[in-house]
Amino acid sequence: MLIGGGVPSALTGFSASSAVTAERPVVRWALIGVAIVFLGLFLVIPLIAVFLQAFEKGIAAYFRALLDPDTQSAVRLTLLVAAVAVPLNTVFGVVAAWAITKFEFAGKNALITLIDLPFSISPVVAGLVFVFLFGRQGWLGPWLEAHGVRVIFAVPGMVLATVFVTFPFVARELIPLMKAQGTEEEEAARLLGASGWQTFWRVTLPNIKWGLLYGIVLCNGRAMGEFGAVSVVSGHVRGQTNTIPLHVEILYNEYNVAAAFAVASLLATLALATLALKSLLEWKVARQLAETDAKP
Amino acid sequence: MNSPSPSSVVILRFSLGLVLGVLIVSSVLTGCDRSNSVATDPRGTKALSLLNVSYDPTRELYAEVNRQFSAHWRATTGQEVSIRMSHGGSGKQARAVIDGLEADVVTLALAYDIDSIALHSGLIAPDWQHRFPHNSAPYTSTIVFLVRKGNPKGIKDWGDLVKPDVAVITPNPKSSGGARWNYLAAWGYVLKRELGDLKKLREPKPAEDVANAQLKARQFLTELFRRVPVLDSGARGATMTFVQRGIGDVLLSWENEAFLAVHELGKDQIEIIVPSISILAEPSVAVVDTVVDRRGTRQVAEAYLQYLYSPAGQAAAAQHFYRPRDASAVPVELLRRFPKLELFTVDEAFGGWQKAQREHFDDGGVFDAISKPRLSEP
Repeated sequence: MLIGGGVPSALTGFSASSAVTAERPVVRWALIGVAIVFLGLFLVIPLIAVFLQAFEKGIAAYFRALLDPDTQSAVRLTLLVAAVAVPLNTVFGVVAAWAITKFEFAGKNALITLIDLPFSISPVVAGLVFVFLFGRQGWLGPWLEAHGVRVIFAVPGMVLATVFVTFPFVARELIPLMKAQGTEEEEAARLLGASGWQTFWRVTLPNIKWGLLYGIVLCNGRAMGEFGAVSVVSGHVRGQTNTIPLHVEILYNEYNVAAAFAVASLLATLALATLALKSLLEWKVARQLAETDAKP
Repeated sequence: MNSPSPSSVVILRFSLGLVLGVLIVSSVLTGCDRSNSVATDPRGTKALSLLNVSYDPTRELYAEVNRQFSAHWRATTGQEVSIRMSHGGSGKQARAVIDGLEADVVTLALAYDIDSIALHSGLIAPDWQHRFPHNSAPYTSTIVFLVRKGNPKGIKDWGDLVKPDVAVITPNPKSSGGARWNYLAAWGYVLKRELGDLKKLREPKPAEDVANAQLKARQFLTELFRRVPVLDSGARGATMTFVQRGIGDVLLSWENEAFLAVHELGKDQIEIIVPSISILAEPSVAVVDTVVDRRGTRQVAEAYLQYLYSPAGQAAAAQHFYRPRDASAVPVELLRRFPKLELFTVDEAFGGWQKAQREHFDDGGVFDAISKPRLSEP
């Protein structure tokens, strides 16, 4: 499952493959046409629909929906959750990718599989795990209650659930990149007398910076958009434990369709920004890899 | 060795510093937020807050009641009180309270869900139902049908639901209180049709008739659920499935939810059909004892629920399509909207909620048995 790793190689391989496959122009245009129609149907039209619905009742209603205190609270909470989850997972992702690609140790494959776990587990299950751990009937529930700490149905639980579902993004992005780059540069640094910390700061980090940012962008997109796991641990208290996606659902269920889509358009805008940033970074990663390949 | 340019090192140091800074700031923020939700108010002012954990269709009702009650409380005590709401399927909400959602009051779809909280968590005293008038159910409702404009499938009564080409929308009785009322209303209809009088259920003599009627009811419900294409988890979700997504020919719905849907979407799309007989649905309310005692909110929480019984509270209920208990204080034009129909109670037809739940909705109960063949279908 080389999520990001496959992309740069596909990019670098592009010029070679178009020369190798000598398909007739008709076939080529037919394939491109199918891809465009597919993208239009499943991506562009829904996106346009979101914005059309959002402005259905006019610009004033649109901004009224966005300035509603409950919406504001949802936006603040979403930003807060992402602000905790993304840095945590960034640090974890770098550490894990570093350990996996630069060292040999027993249980390495098991670790890689474990990192992927949040991808393969349903978000609902991920949420329930935290309910069973920290809920009032859960293992730690009575202790937490006695000490007046609330995890589930409060912000900490929502952060935990988000951290869990966005856990693999950074690590998964860095592992293929760091594998491709190998350990020669680090070994050289050590031979020249650099400490481990110096090696990381001056050799490894500059090499992976674009891949790392790419992972952070993906991680952030998911952290802000996550619905399932967060829904389970939220408790849905208006103005308190609703993130943007949960608030969209609530507005829709209250026959407030225009407001729901207005708030949804915030998420869509975020997605577009993520996409733009992602394309830029993809290009940078491809260049970084090409530089690695070009080195003797 | 390809040594990095000094500027990129500076940038990276800066960005890591930023990341760490954000981490520290946000953990401090979450800390604040947590303490805020535990105690009444960190500023030490007299502001109070209540969390009302409710079921799906009460959103509009409590939006209004909360506004009124805050003003009422301010006028009588001088204190500010803000009431926060959480809505969802009634069973799901009860589960959340059991798992630790810190509700001061629960206003759920049926007594059984509050019983569950009392039983599984001990947060509510077992005698909760005797603390407020009318079995702690300040307003009632019933189950009616919502059909497409012009009633193209000609649905008039319960019997029409099992016509061959009718698709029925109802939520999942496992998670939704409304769905359990729907189910019991349909079952009760068959008992009443077969027996003529529900009193026969408790007489020892016509035991054979009763067994026969129960069997007919079971067959009817089996047929009915065979016609359900989607089981949503809550009443509002089912309404959205029927109304917005356009699935199904008839929606079994709370009367208040049906009125609201017609009110929101206009009479040109859907209409309400009132069956000959239905169930008296009694949504119940309770104070969550452990929580209000810990947070020091018992007085305002009890006043809040008591307010539902006041003339203003009853009028608000009627305004939002719930049948008031005390009609004397409610304007006549509001009462006129509620059609007269024969209503039976859970006690009359099923011997109470505990029994109904155990027989019909618990794991291995009748609902599991009659809905299972659906799962094996492709």
